[in-house]
Amino acid sequence: MDLLESLRLGFETALRPENIFFAFVGVALGTAVGVLPGIGPTATIALLLPLTFGFDEPVTSIIMLSGIYYGAQYGGSTTAILINVPGESSSAVTAIDGHEMARRGRAGAALATAAIGSFVAGTVGTLVVVLFAPPLAEVALSFGSAEYFSLVVLGLVTSIALASGSTLKALAMIVLGLLFGTVGQDLYTGTPRFTFGVFELYSGINFVSVAVGVFGIAEILRNLEDVKRRTMLVKAVKGLWLTREDLRRIVAPILRGSALGSVLGILPGGGHILASFGSYSLEKRVSRNPGEFGQGAIEGVAGPESANNAAAQTSFIPLLTLGIPAHPVMALLLGAFIIHGIAPGPNVIMEEPALFWGLIVSMFVGNLLLVVLNLPLIGIWVKMLGIPYRIMFPAIVAFACIGTFSINFNAIDVYAIAFFGLVGYFLVKLGCEPAPLLLGFILGPLLEEHLRRAMIIARGDAMVFLERPISLGLLIAAALALAIAVLPAIRKKREVVFAEDDEP
Amino acid sequence: MTIRAALKDILAGSAFIVFGVAFAAVALTYEVGSTLEMGAGYFPLALGAILALIGVLIIGKGFIAGEGAPIGYIPWRSIILLTAAIVFFGLTVRGLGLVPALLVTLALAGFSEPRAGVVWPIAISIGLTVLSVLIFVVALQLRLPLLGTWLPL
Repeated sequence: MDLLESLRLGFETALRPENIFFAFVGVALGTAVGVLPGIGPTATIALLLPLTFGFDEPVTSIIMLSGIYYGAQYGGSTTAILINVPGESSSAVTAIDGHEMARRGRAGAALATAAIGSFVAGTVGTLVVVLFAPPLAEVALSFGSAEYFSLVVLGLVTSIALASGSTLKALAMIVLGLLFGTVGQDLYTGTPRFTFGVFELYSGINFVSVAVGVFGIAEILRNLEDVKRRTMLVKAVKGLWLTREDLRRIVAPILRGSALGSVLGILPGGGHILASFGSYSLEKRVSRNPGEFGQGAIEGVAGPESANNAAAQTSFIPLLTLGIPAHPVMALLLGAFIIHGIAPGPNVIMEEPALFWGLIVSMFVGNLLLVVLNLPLIGIWVKMLGIPYRIMFPAIVAFACIGTFSINFNAIDVYAIAFFGLVGYFLVKLGCEPAPLLLGFILGPLLEEHLRRAMIIARGDAMVFLERPISLGLLIAAALALAIAVLPAIRKKREVVFAEDDEP
Repeated sequence: MTIRAALKDILAGSAFIVFGVAFAAVALTYEVGSTLEMGAGYFPLALGAILALIGVLIIGKGFIAGEGAPIGYIPWRSIILLTAAIVFFGLTVRGLGLVPALLVTLALAGFSEPRAGVVWPIAISIGLTVLSVLIFVVALQLRLPLLGTWLPL
C-alpha cells in the first residue's frame, strides 16, 4: 500500500465522528486530570485507562487513549509552569523558565508557547512516524527471538541510564518488576506460578493495578507526608497572545526542539527526558544572551516543550513496529493494545492497517484539538489547580478503585493497587524510582518468552545472542548505556542534569 | 560509614533480598529445567538470585558511600487508613454494592489526611460518592449494582 493511500485510510478512520468525539473527550479528560498537581502523565493515563476499555472497536479506544496521552502531557506542562510542580522529569525543564515567566506575570505567554510548541513538534513527530514506521516494521519482520531479547535488554538498560539516583537501585527495581511479571500461568508449560491457588492470578497481575499503585497511590502517600499550601499563580494568567517579538524568538527553538526530540524519541528507555534536557542546553548554548536562561527565557520553554512532544510522538515508533514500549506511558498503551487483542509489532501495519494509520492520523487530530481546546479553556484548567488536596486525593483513590475494578470485575485487582501502592511508597522513600519497576513488569513476559524461544532454537547455546549481528549490536548499545550510567565522570554530569528532578 | 548513613541502602537492599529469596524459593518448587529447555522455574529462579545479589551490593555500597539522607517522616496513619480504604472497596463492592462501599472507602481516605476533622471527610465522602455514581453509572453505563446482595432490602 502506498503512503497516500495509507494516509487516506488513516484520515477516514480518525475523522469518523465518533472517533473525533472520543479523541476530544480523551484530550479534555487527560488535560483535566493532568493539571492536578502531583499527578504526572503516567498516573493520569493509568487512572483514565479503564474508561477506554468499554468500546467495541479497538481503534476508538486507542484513539481516545492517545487523546488522554496528549492531554496529560500538556496538563503536566501547565502544572509545571503555573505552580512549579512538574509531574514527571520531562516537564521539570519546562518548569525552570516557564515558572519564572509565570512569576513575572507572563504565565499566559508561557502557556501559549507550550501549546504552539507542542502542536508544531507533534506535527513534525507525526510526519516522522509516517515516514519511518513502515520501513522499520519491515526490518523488524526479520527479527528473531535473539534480536527481540537483546532489544528488550537495551530498552531496560536505557531506562536505568536515564533514571535519576542510584543505578544499582534502578537495576533492582527492573528485576523486581520482571519478577512480578512472571506471576501467572507459564506460557510454555501452563504451570501456574506465584498464584498461591488464587485463580484470578492465573492471567497475571493486572498492569493497571501496578501502574495506579506505584504511581498514583504511592504519590498520594508522599503528598500526605506534608500537606502544605502551595503558592498559586492563578491570578497571573492573562494575555495569552504572544507578541511579534515572542513569536520571532520561539520559531527557531521550536524547530530545533522538534528535530532533536524526533530523533531521541525513537530510543527505547526514555528518550523524551533526554530530549527536553538536551534541547534546554542546546538553546542555552546557541542563545545570544544565555544569562536570561533561568530568568524566564521564552526559548527555554519553547525548545524543551517541543522536544518533549516530538519525542512523545516518535516514541510510538518502537511500540508500533517492534511492540517495545519506550517508556512507562508506552508500556501502558502496550497493555491496552493487548487487552484489545492486538499484539503490537511489525504485523500491526499489515493486519490492522485501519488501526495503525487511524492512530497515526489521530495523533495529528489530537494535537490540533489540544491547541483548540486548551487555549480557550485555560481558565478552567487553572481553576482545577485550585481544588484543595483533601478533596482531590480521596477522589483519585475512589476513581482508581472503580476504574480498576471495572476492567475485569475482579477484587484481586483492587487489592493489588493497595499492595503496589505500599511497595511503591516504601521503595521510593528508600531512594528507588518507580518507572523501571513498571517497565520491567510490562517487558518481563516478552523477555522470558524470547529468551526461552531463542535458547530452544539455538539448542541451549547462549552465544546465539552474540553471533547474530543485529542482536550483538543491540547488546553493545546496552553495554554502552550501562557504562555511561556507571562511569563516575559522566555520572556527575548526569546528576547535574537531573538536579531539578527531586521535586514531587 | 555509619549505620545511619547507610540506613536507606540497608533497608532497600534488605527489601530486595527478601523479595529475591522469596521468589527464588518458590520458583524452586516448579520445574527448573536446563538452559536448553527452561522450565517454569528457570527464569524466576535466576532473576530472584540476581535480585538478592543486587540487594547485597546495595547494602555494601551503603556502607562505603551511604547517602546519609534521613528517611524522614512516615505518615503511618495515612498509610494504614488509605490501604484500608482500598481493601475495603475490593472486599465489599460486590456484597454491599457501589454506594455503601464508596461511602466508606471515601470516608477512610478522607480521614487518612493527617489533620482531617470529622465533618470534612464525611461531607467529601457523600459528595464524591454522588459524583462517582453520576460519572461511572449514569454517564459511562458501568454495570455495577448500587446496592449489593448483602443488604436486607
